[in-house]
Amino acid sequence: MRAWLLFLILAAPAMAEEITLSDTCPPSFQMLVDGTCELVTLYQFYDSPPQHGGLRARLDPPARRYTPQQIDLGRYLFFDPILSDGGDLSCASCHDPAQGFSDGKKRGIGAVELDRSTPTLWNVGFAQSLMWDGRTETLEAQALLPLLNPDEMAATVEGVETALNAAPGYVALFQIAFGAAPNIANTVIALAAFQSSLISLNSRYDRYAHGDATALNPQEIRGMNAFRGFVARCSQCHIPPLFTDFELAVVGAPADERGFADPGAGALSDDPARLGAFKTPTLRNITRTAPYFHAGQFDTLKGVVDFYNNTAGHAAPKGQDLRIHWHVHMTNGPKLSTATVADIIAFLAALEDENLMPERPAVLPSEPRP
Amino acid sequence: MKTLSTLHGAVLASLLSSTALAAELTVPSGGSIQDVVNQAAPGDTILVEPGIYHQSVYVDKPRITLRGLRDGDNWALLDGEMKLNDGIIASGHSIVIDGFRVTGYKGNGIMTQGANNFEISNNYVEGAFYGIFPQFGRNGLVIGNTVTGAEDAGIYVGMSDNVDVIDNVAFGNVMGIEFENTRNALMAGNHVYDNAAGITLTLVPGLPVKDAYSQVIRDNRIIGNNHVNFAPASSIAAGVPSGTGILVVGPDNITIENNEIADNDNVGVFVADLITFGMDSDPKLDPYSDGVRVMGNTWRGNGENMNGMLAEMLAATGKTGIEVLAMGKGRDSCVLPGDGIDTLGTRRWQDCLGDNSVAGFATARLEGGAEEPEYTLEQKGRLTYLAVCTGCHAYDSVLHGPSMQSIQAIYDGDPSGMVGYITDPVRKREGFPEMPPQTYLGEETLDAIASYILEDLGK
Repeated sequence: MRAWLLFLILAAPAMAEEITLSDTCPPSFQMLVDGTCELVTLYQFYDSPPQHGGLRARLDPPARRYTPQQIDLGRYLFFDPILSDGGDLSCASCHDPAQGFSDGKKRGIGAVELDRSTPTLWNVGFAQSLMWDGRTETLEAQALLPLLNPDEMAATVEGVETALNAAPGYVALFQIAFGAAPNIANTVIALAAFQSSLISLNSRYDRYAHGDATALNPQEIRGMNAFRGFVARCSQCHIPPLFTDFELAVVGAPADERGFADPGAGALSDDPARLGAFKTPTLRNITRTAPYFHAGQFDTLKGVVDFYNNTAGHAAPKGQDLRIHWHVHMTNGPKLSTATVADIIAFLAALEDENLMPERPAVLPSEPRP
Repeated sequence: MKTLSTLHGAVLASLLSSTALAAELTVPSGGSIQDVVNQAAPGDTILVEPGIYHQSVYVDKPRITLRGLRDGDNWALLDGEMKLNDGIIASGHSIVIDGFRVTGYKGNGIMTQGANNFEISNNYVEGAFYGIFPQFGRNGLVIGNTVTGAEDAGIYVGMSDNVDVIDNVAFGNVMGIEFENTRNALMAGNHVYDNAAGITLTLVPGLPVKDAYSQVIRDNRIIGNNHVNFAPASSIAAGVPSGTGILVVGPDNITIENNEIADNDNVGVFVADLITFGMDSDPKLDPYSDGVRVMGNTWRGNGENMNGMLAEMLAATGKTGIEVLAMGKGRDSCVLPGDGIDTLGTRRWQDCLGDNSVAGFATARLEGGAEEPEYTLEQKGRLTYLAVCTGCHAYDSVLHGPSMQSIQAIYDGDPSGMVGYITDPVRKREGFPEMPPQTYLGEETLDAIASYILEDLGK
């Protein structure tokens, strides 16, 4: 194998360069003495207990850290359909970087059409709860779910390991990143490593939070004030700076376009309070990921804000006995004016930041070599 | 010694900033408070003349004092006319909100969000959902306010740490004063009367802060809290039984001492678990209150006119006139046997001892206040470079902006030239987006970034 690589390096230097793993941390990460990359943001300049929100809440970098090589290997794997059973779906097929790491669809399409939409991956490294129903807590454990789900990538552990060990480029790359041959355990670590590098914390909103009063225009400031105020109460669950609290919440979402009323976390629990509960999604880059809600029930952000603003306060399907979250189930609804609704939507657009967009690999390690 | 000199430095710095640089700005009667807030610099005091202000005010900068001036009954009156959302929302650290009368807001009267070292004092807030609501604060003081008519709690300390609530008056609210998911807090010298429930100490599920503990409730007057519960039917507050002096649901290490607790129709102190209130859906919460100590209080006429949920619950026992009612499997709680009070459900409780007393507990706030983490100039330069600049600039290649190597070449030996550009960028190269100005980072940090880029980066 090594001799073959050497041949490649001598014969085709350009090709060899393409399958080298980066030895530097991604932008906004610093390398620690243990060789892992740690995120740096201005939010670590502030002092508050870990779970606090507010404009200048402290946000510590995620505790799980990875080496530059693991992150870069994860990038190749993320874009590589070799992971799916049919060899036709990569993580990026649904989590498309050009569509906010989602897919623009109401519900994701794997091997078949799914019940829920594809969540964004921006800032997913901070998540303490993953999947729409919060069923898992680490990116490593999460990666196995779509990978092995027969309705999604439909792979098997054996199939993934066999394919990666047989692929021309991967064995050497796994050796560099892990000192071991590809296996399912280090594959999901690499995928987690890459996803942890998807950081969006430098939007115009963030500049405002860090003290640049000019970073938001007057309409966006009005929208922010409504967003954090106690009539709309958006920020009570979409808590800055991550714009989520990672909690499960029952908001009384309407049934999906097929009339299916998804029980959400209720399917995993006997607790009646869990019925219809879904994880609060982040609002970072929310303009990129329409349609919205767990089954794309709303095509636009205006649809979403109107949903929370209407006088019913929710749209729970008839017959579902839901315990609606107290911030949602207001007797009369917030009754925000049309202008205020527009202000909130304008503010949400100020959360756009895709500066740290990773590069899509030009060549994949699984592709045949000349 | 090191601590001493650091403290000295901090005190000196705050003196310098408050005397040498701070300005006093005045809002003329009826003028725009927000305009003056926008002009103010950290450290400034904004004096608001008596008058009527149909406005909302938002403060997103640190060390601002917002003070309503008062001439007898003539206050600086913030009136939302039931059209505006919130009276004042402040996110800046070391905010002081003092001396306002606040009425007619659909949301909250006065709220802080993520402000450390806050002080909310001498305001009179009526109506609103929450009258005064500090949220996500470390180290704060709520003192000398009057709150009435709140559809939830008059004063609501939410998910905060090290907060004192002292010498306030709360009446005619659903709940007078509440600590929610709050750690280390003192409630003392307050007069809490004619609310549905006087004081509530809660651990609410589904919030990012998963615990509540170490609260001292002493020397308050908690009288006749029998108001009808007028919270919106769907809210958590709607489940609070009227006629309750003090309700404890979930938090640990609570001392209730030397209070006057009188004429609350259902019960003086009710210690319950989250299950009783159907609030046990969060597996990360411990639903039971442990270490509740009730001692040295003065009791009169509590539980003498039982009604509603509590009357139904206790009907089978035939008991009324209960001072302390406990439900659930809490541990390590106690009452003082010498207090001679009627209790129910306290079979698991012990006798409080003298050394359980917190009579002398003066403050839950942090000595010297919450401080921002301190960074050296080298760290500020390097970390801010990583946090901000690398979003657009790579070291040796073109990202959104040109490479740092090419920038190093331009400003070699000229850090002030570089700071000048960062402060007021102009488009220099075709094909690149215009850089936004980075003035907000402050002169010191900009200097540190420039020296980091020119002296250390890539070397």
